[in-house]
Amino acid sequence: MGLDNAWWWEMAADDKLGIQRCQGCQTLRHPPRPMCGDCHSLEWDTVEASGKGSICSYTVLRHPQFPGYEYPLVIVLVDLEEGTRVTSQLVGCEPEDVDFGLQVEMLIQRDPDGFKLPVFKLAGNA
Amino acid sequence: MPISLKDEAAIAGIGLTDFSKQSGVSELSLAVQCIKSACDDAGISPGEIDGLVTYTLDSSDEVEVARAVGAGDLSFFSQINYGGGAAVGTIAQAAMAVATGQATNVVCYRAMNGRSGKRMGQGVSGDISSSDLIHWSWYTPYGMLIPGSWIAMVANKYMHRYGVTREDLGRVAMSQRNHALRNPRAYGYGKPLTMEQYLNSKQIAEPLCIYDFCQETDGACAIMVTSAERARDLKQKPAIIRAVTQASSRGQEQMTSYYRDELISLPEMELAAKRIYDMSGLGPNDIDAACLYDAFTSEIIMQLESFGFCGAGEGKYLVREGALDIDGRLPNNTHGGLISEGYIHGMNNIAEGVRLIRCDSTSQPEKLVEHVLVSSGVGVPTGAMILGRC
Ligand SMILES: [Zn+2]
Repeated sequence: MGLDNAWWWEMAADDKLGIQRCQGCQTLRHPPRPMCGDCHSLEWDTVEASGKGSICSYTVLRHPQFPGYEYPLVIVLVDLEEGTRVTSQLVGCEPEDVDFGLQVEMLIQRDPDGFKLPVFKLAGNA
Repeated sequence: MPISLKDEAAIAGIGLTDFSKQSGVSELSLAVQCIKSACDDAGISPGEIDGLVTYTLDSSDEVEVARAVGAGDLSFFSQINYGGGAAVGTIAQAAMAVATGQATNVVCYRAMNGRSGKRMGQGVSGDISSSDLIHWSWYTPYGMLIPGSWIAMVANKYMHRYGVTREDLGRVAMSQRNHALRNPRAYGYGKPLTMEQYLNSKQIAEPLCIYDFCQETDGACAIMVTSAERARDLKQKPAIIRAVTQASSRGQEQMTSYYRDELISLPEMELAAKRIYDMSGLGPNDIDAACLYDAFTSEIIMQLESFGFCGAGEGKYLVREGALDIDGRLPNNTHGGLISEGYIHGMNNIAEGVRLIRCDSTSQPEKLVEHVLVSSGVGVPTGAMILGRC
């Protein structure tokens, strides 16, 4: 964590998916950075994403298997309905069932040592 | 007056160590061996080296290398960032140095115990503090730890959009393996690869399987750059640098440029293409062979489009018609590339570009090779160059 991204993880710890917003031109941006590349404002605040989006791309990781992760691991790139993209994990889904364009919803996953991570599930799935 | 690098500099020497899974020597030892070899190839003494360029990822820094190899006084030394994206960038630095009189004999090198030591394929880890490491913090908590996982996200989207199949990736892997069969230095020397083997191999990061990945290797490669004028008087037939550039495009990240509009093209490679074609006055039709960066097979197909050998989405057709093979439109990575010769971070692809110009490849095409295109790492800030005969 650093000064430019700690807030995003703090929002996640508060069960929220955050998006950085430029206060100069209102453009949303992710991943966070200190200056707006469009209007060069250093002022920014955050919005809470709805957590709804669709799968832009994905990959299924099978090897090598690192400790602390459950394989196969479905990694998704999600087009959020707010217009930014976020990289995350798709949970509760067999690798065969993931596909481009599917609707997804964010949920917060808590790992064994309490760290909270925004992940996604297929929309409508329990 | 603006200076163009067109035809100003040349590669006068190449040097490589043996490639292996366990070199048994230090990376510094590999570095000085390949540099000495490049000097021998060019017909100069290491004492004449006055410039050195390497990668920020290289563990052998310039003055250690200079002392060990017995270089003379140095007037130019620098390092380029971004892993394999640095490959051609080192040559761009060297070319600028010789063109502007900063140095006369510049050696670019990459020496790595890439298999027995720090393996790039093991990915990233460590404390999150610098802007670089914060970048990785968006991926590592989800298990995206290795380069293959980062590239797979783009490859999958590209293949889905354009109907590229696993067989197409397999064709790239087999084409390069066929080249490697004749190259004694190559990992793939004497080891044929069939489509059946390819399709039945272990999936790593879908859609990429083990044969789509480059071959982690211990070894080193050095490239000696001097002025085109001086190169003509040295031992080897020079490979003239017709054009060379670095390239990073808006919204670029290293490996994970996922937030740009499109994931189905390589904007930084398109930038590199435009710049080297503009600089050289050449176009895709003038390029006879290529050494396109190939950490992963999918990158080859995408680059065929970036460099204008076909339109968007048409790279698969070139591959299917055998364009990359020795008798094809664009024989590619005729040494086997990073996938089947060895992964020396792209430096060995530059060396092969020089061999093609010298008519000295173990898989030299029958046609006359006037111009060779060489590119740096894909998905990272990168670069490209065109080598030509003098
Ligand atoms: Zn702004």
